[in-house]
Amino acid sequence: MSEHLPALLVVVPLILAPVAALSNRPRAAFAAAFAGCWWALYASLALLTRVRSEGVISYALGGWAPPYGIELRLDLVNAFVAVTVATIGAVVIPYAWTSVKKEITEDRIPLFYTAFLLMLSGLLGITVTGDVFNVFVFLEISSLSAYSMIALGQDRRALTATFQYLIMGSVGATFIVIGIGFMYVMTGTLNMADLAERLPAVMDNRTIPVAFTFLTVGITLKLALFPLHLWLPNAYTYAPSAVTAFMASTATKVSVYLLLRFFFTIFGFAFAFGQMRLNMVLMPLSLVAILAMSLVAIYEINVKRLLAFSSVAQIGYMVLGISFGSVLGVTAGLLHIFNHALMKGALFMAMGCVMYRVGSVQLSKMAGLGKKMPWTMAAFVGGGLSLIGVPLTVGFISKWYLVQAALEQGNWLVAGLVMIGSLMALVYIWKVVEVAYFQEADSDVEIREAPLSLLIPTWVLVIASFWFGIDASTTAQVATDAAELLLRGGS
Amino acid sequence: MDDRVILRVGAKILIPFIMIFGLYVHFHGDYGPGGGFQAGVIFAAAFVLYALIFGLGNAIQVLPPKAAYICAAMGVVIYLGVGFLGIILGGQFMDYSVLAYSYTGQHYGIIGVELGVVTTVFGVMVALFYAFAGRRRVDS
Amino acid sequence: MIALGLFNYWAVIVLMMVGFYTLIARGNLVKKLIGLNIFQTSVILMYVSFAKVSGGTAPILMDAGDHAGDAAGQVLYSNPLPHVLMLTAIVVGVATLSLGLSLVVRIKEAFGTIEEDEIESPSL
Repeated sequence: MSEHLPALLVVVPLILAPVAALSNRPRAAFAAAFAGCWWALYASLALLTRVRSEGVISYALGGWAPPYGIELRLDLVNAFVAVTVATIGAVVIPYAWTSVKKEITEDRIPLFYTAFLLMLSGLLGITVTGDVFNVFVFLEISSLSAYSMIALGQDRRALTATFQYLIMGSVGATFIVIGIGFMYVMTGTLNMADLAERLPAVMDNRTIPVAFTFLTVGITLKLALFPLHLWLPNAYTYAPSAVTAFMASTATKVSVYLLLRFFFTIFGFAFAFGQMRLNMVLMPLSLVAILAMSLVAIYEINVKRLLAFSSVAQIGYMVLGISFGSVLGVTAGLLHIFNHALMKGALFMAMGCVMYRVGSVQLSKMAGLGKKMPWTMAAFVGGGLSLIGVPLTVGFISKWYLVQAALEQGNWLVAGLVMIGSLMALVYIWKVVEVAYFQEADSDVEIREAPLSLLIPTWVLVIASFWFGIDASTTAQVATDAAELLLRGGS
Repeated sequence: MDDRVILRVGAKILIPFIMIFGLYVHFHGDYGPGGGFQAGVIFAAAFVLYALIFGLGNAIQVLPPKAAYICAAMGVVIYLGVGFLGIILGGQFMDYSVLAYSYTGQHYGIIGVELGVVTTVFGVMVALFYAFAGRRRVDS
Repeated sequence: MIALGLFNYWAVIVLMMVGFYTLIARGNLVKKLIGLNIFQTSVILMYVSFAKVSGGTAPILMDAGDHAGDAAGQVLYSNPLPHVLMLTAIVVGVATLSLGLSLVVRIKEAFGTIEEDEIESPSL
């Protein structure tokens, strides 16, 4: 059984999705989704353990040997990302039960869980597959289910937000297919390892830079790098709380993984950073993302939207780390994938708790919540500390690596700008904290603490963000090994 | 469309042939052009034609929307179920060679998987048709 | 002559740009979706053009000696793989289009219009 884990990791949530749809009762659908998420967590952890002890796992789907058949290929990088995705899925799903009951009409709940499972298996599929066209297919599975889940939001603006995301996401995916097509026409293969082997022979052909460009634009659209982030703030703001928490912590992270996979494993460091000077594009854009989006977040009065802009800024940190093109930089990027998933998950889930009790996440409605919902707001502060990068939180660990990577290249300017970004995070988190703790509430509105079923998952993520901030040895070790693997160009 | 005799009679003659052609495309899919997706669409086209000529109400009596949803979900289960057979019989996931000796196993596997695809595509297409056709115009 | 020989790719580029322009320039949500679909369809034409081998037939399993087979009994056929890939892309296109259209229907119900500039857009 265990040798089939790479396939089962994706297929079990996928087969539970129609089961959830067929059951047609909220409770049964939830049970299916719950089973799928926890199975994915178990399978991905088992795979990560195996990859760490035995090295790369290759699984030939249908018994067709790669590069002819579709290969599922796990190395440290994607095992790490798969664990991140599965962890967030496993934490969000118990949260979703209570949150979704409040925010989505009952007849749509089974379909919500179906879409959730589809999105999970799509994201896991992107991470484990070793075939570039499969990446596109899984990308569309996850995106289409994400669109339908965002459209379930209560506010009617969720519909326009989804439409915007659908258009931009589809354009991004189409760009990726075009890039894949150009690679295929030059090499005749779709297998990632095989592509990496055959591409150097045709590198001087003009088609390959074109393929590279299409892939860069497509993937950066999917991962919402400034200035291609326009779909993200609205989508995150108007989606149901559980969806926002799940998407913000996983969807863009998987796209960052794709960026790493395409540029380091397939095209190779020398081509991407030497010949195509990718860092000249990524570094300025990510710095603008960090500074401009943090600035926008400071002036935002809807807290979910504030956090969404902060997400774009945080994606800037990840891409900045990658743009250094050094082991330390890529380590910082990878670490931030995991760390940001923990803290942004916690923050959005805290906002879901506020949404559950208050019915709005406008800043003005949150006055005095520090007293009325102490545990929720404490979770928000915990996540916020991590976002700022206070020592003993995960945010500090990734920024530590990032600043080190900048200083390693003598780039004091970038190191300074990262610090300024952190200070701006302090400003926008403080803005919320001030309203929640130091402003008087409307005394006539009765608001109680959020139910435990929402608080426990939120706090699991908050505690995890402190845990991995205090003892970062495991995550840092895995991330460093993975970064070294990527920079060696391979597998 | 009660008075359009030509359409009604024409559709009655055409629909069975469209359905048989759908089956042909499905079963021929492992040898030549064709396969589950095309077959499912052709099958659904027969159904949509029926709904267009004889009215949505009649079509819903033949195949309720609920049944279309069940088709859509069951197809995925069939598809992945055939994939699981590979594991159960000792091969890789989706390994059809273990289903029967040599190429025959591949044929069985393809037909089984494509059956799932036909079911899903048919269900999804009909469900889409119902979803759009069943909606009344909103006058603002 | 080379430019003419690449006729398919010219068509791809024209279709792609027509679709992309429609997608960007039109305010009507349905027209936007049509633009998106043309854009995606151009990619299908591109892949299928990649796959064509001049003189090749459809990749159907056939007995040697049938038409298009040469003396050695070998059959020259077009590369089937891109066709299969595009089948998947078509499915994705259909799913995207139907999801988009259903969103348009719901936007019409919620906002009363499908013109982008008449929907009071959420501030960016």
